[in-house]
Amino acid sequence: MINNTRTSHEIHATPPGDLAIWFFIYAELLAFGVFFVAYAFARANNVELFNESQQHLNRTSGAINTLVLITSSYFMVRAVAAIKQGLSNSCARWIAAAIGLGFVFLAIKIAEFNATFATGISLSTNTFYMFYLSLTLFHFMHVILGMVILAAIMVKALRGGYSAENHIGVETGASYWHMVDLLWIILFPLVYVIR
Amino acid sequence: MQYQSQAVAKPYFIAAIGLFVGQIIFGLIMGYQYVVGDFLFPEIPFNVARMVHTNLLIVWLLFGFMGATHYLIPEEAETELFSPKLGLITFWVFLVAGALTIVGYLMVPYATLAAMTGNDLLPTMGREFLEQPLITKVGIVIVVLTFLFNISMTVLKGRKTSISLVLLVGLWGLAIFFLFSFYNPSNLVLDKYFWWWTVHLWVEGVWELILGAMLAFVLIKVTGVDREVIEKWLYVIIAMTLITGIIGTGHHYFWIGTPEYWQWFGSVFSALEPIPFFMMTVFAFNMVNRRRREHPNKAATLWALGTGVMAFLGAGVWGFLHTLAPVNFFTHGTQVTAAHGHMAFYGAYVMVNLAMISYAMPMLRGRTANSGAAQTLEMWSFWLMTVSIVFITLFLTAAGILQVWLQRMGDTPMGFMAAQDQIMIFYWLREITGFVFLLGLVMYIWSFFCKKGEAQTAA
Repeated sequence: MINNTRTSHEIHATPPGDLAIWFFIYAELLAFGVFFVAYAFARANNVELFNESQQHLNRTSGAINTLVLITSSYFMVRAVAAIKQGLSNSCARWIAAAIGLGFVFLAIKIAEFNATFATGISLSTNTFYMFYLSLTLFHFMHVILGMVILAAIMVKALRGGYSAENHIGVETGASYWHMVDLLWIILFPLVYVIR
Repeated sequence: MQYQSQAVAKPYFIAAIGLFVGQIIFGLIMGYQYVVGDFLFPEIPFNVARMVHTNLLIVWLLFGFMGATHYLIPEEAETELFSPKLGLITFWVFLVAGALTIVGYLMVPYATLAAMTGNDLLPTMGREFLEQPLITKVGIVIVVLTFLFNISMTVLKGRKTSISLVLLVGLWGLAIFFLFSFYNPSNLVLDKYFWWWTVHLWVEGVWELILGAMLAFVLIKVTGVDREVIEKWLYVIIAMTLITGIIGTGHHYFWIGTPEYWQWFGSVFSALEPIPFFMMTVFAFNMVNRRRREHPNKAATLWALGTGVMAFLGAGVWGFLHTLAPVNFFTHGTQVTAAHGHMAFYGAYVMVNLAMISYAMPMLRGRTANSGAAQTLEMWSFWLMTVSIVFITLFLTAAGILQVWLQRMGDTPMGFMAAQDQIMIFYWLREITGFVFLLGLVMYIWSFFCKKGEAQTAA
């Protein structure tokens, strides 16, 4: 590289972060992808049931959560940009903000699950709710896993474990977090909105 | 051999191969009973032959895993075993308990054995693969815990590597999930539900970690590729294994009385189970292609590559064949399952054990590799056994498809026994191929006694 100052607009020859996380990300996307396709086929056979059940979902909380996750992803972008300038503390603060929004997402989701379960709905209610609950629950667990990964990176950043030259860990965590975000961006319209 | 205490592995490997021979003989007996139903009746009825065939398989694979662990942990941890004596004690206790159990199966009727061994205190017997008497089950727990104590202490005092970590997680998981064999609720649905926590979470969960660690160890040794590269692969593979395999348990929950959502969960997640196996194949070939040394033990390298390919075919492809709920609705409990079982167990667990034994046994006998002539013989045994299993699998698959067609489809489906008569030809072919497999096994054993040519001692 000729220019020593790295910018956030830098073009990568390889994907950012550790290559191993990309195997993991593609595997996760594949697993969710298969589920999305299964959803599509199941819906095609039960259009009325799906449309009817969809009416009972809380689209507002889903929409708010979409904004929450996208904003959180933006904070991770800022965290990566900060560490590229060697600003460890700033990086850690942006990660903390991203994790904070992760908690907001979880809180809204828990409230939504509570309301759903209170009406006696379960995985066995019908095929639509089976998909709605399992997709959102699997995604929920991925948010938690992402937050654990981000927390580990934040702690390392606070201890000065990353620098402008060596910050592959931050990029790795950010890549995973963007995937969690991406999944929701597909999941929300697919399950809550499209009919 | 770098550490004296690695020698503990030797009796484990010898016992493993001895029991393997027993397993194959009982396989041949029951294979013959498929076509001549009253063969050896009443001395060895079919259900007893089947029980001995499957139990011996599991026990010899465990001996193989334990031998492999005793061999590779000192090298990985760069220290002698915590207690070699304990390693030998667990060996003898396990061997005697295993032998007595098999003798019990063969000498007295199963119900008598159950009465003799206190099954009424805590009923655990009578379930496929977990047929062992209560005292044997308790014995297995004691043996495995003692073994795990010894191994964990060794790792704790030495170098901690990814391979030993993954192996330890796999072995501890093996011990923990075996505990579900003591849980035998009277509700049949719950009984089957938790039965799979031992059976499925062993072979499609924690055993795969053991497999991955053993394969990674052999590949590091024979290829000389950097540990960092191999470890990264190992982590990605086991992550995929667990993501797909744990919820993949659902592919056993389609028709046993569990909620319907398992048909979706089981189908989706287990459909992805071939991925880690495919990665294992790519991994093995990639590492061998990038090798930085020419290890004289060509046979061990062949076994390691074979493990990747055959595990992918047997566990991955043949598993996928009948894992989707709409397909499994027809194939459940047919010879398709038997076909998958044979190739998966051989490709994954038999082959990784043979790879490990092939690599370690010459070392344990003070040489880097067996002579060229011995290795040629061993490679013949590789091809004979592997090709036999491929054909056994194909014959059983053909039998299974025909069975589904005759017995479960059409307007006037046949009864079970009538359908069996129609597929007899495949059982004959399978039995004949079984003898070729036995020949391959005999050659494998013979290769270790082959005196021709010079053994290689230079590292």
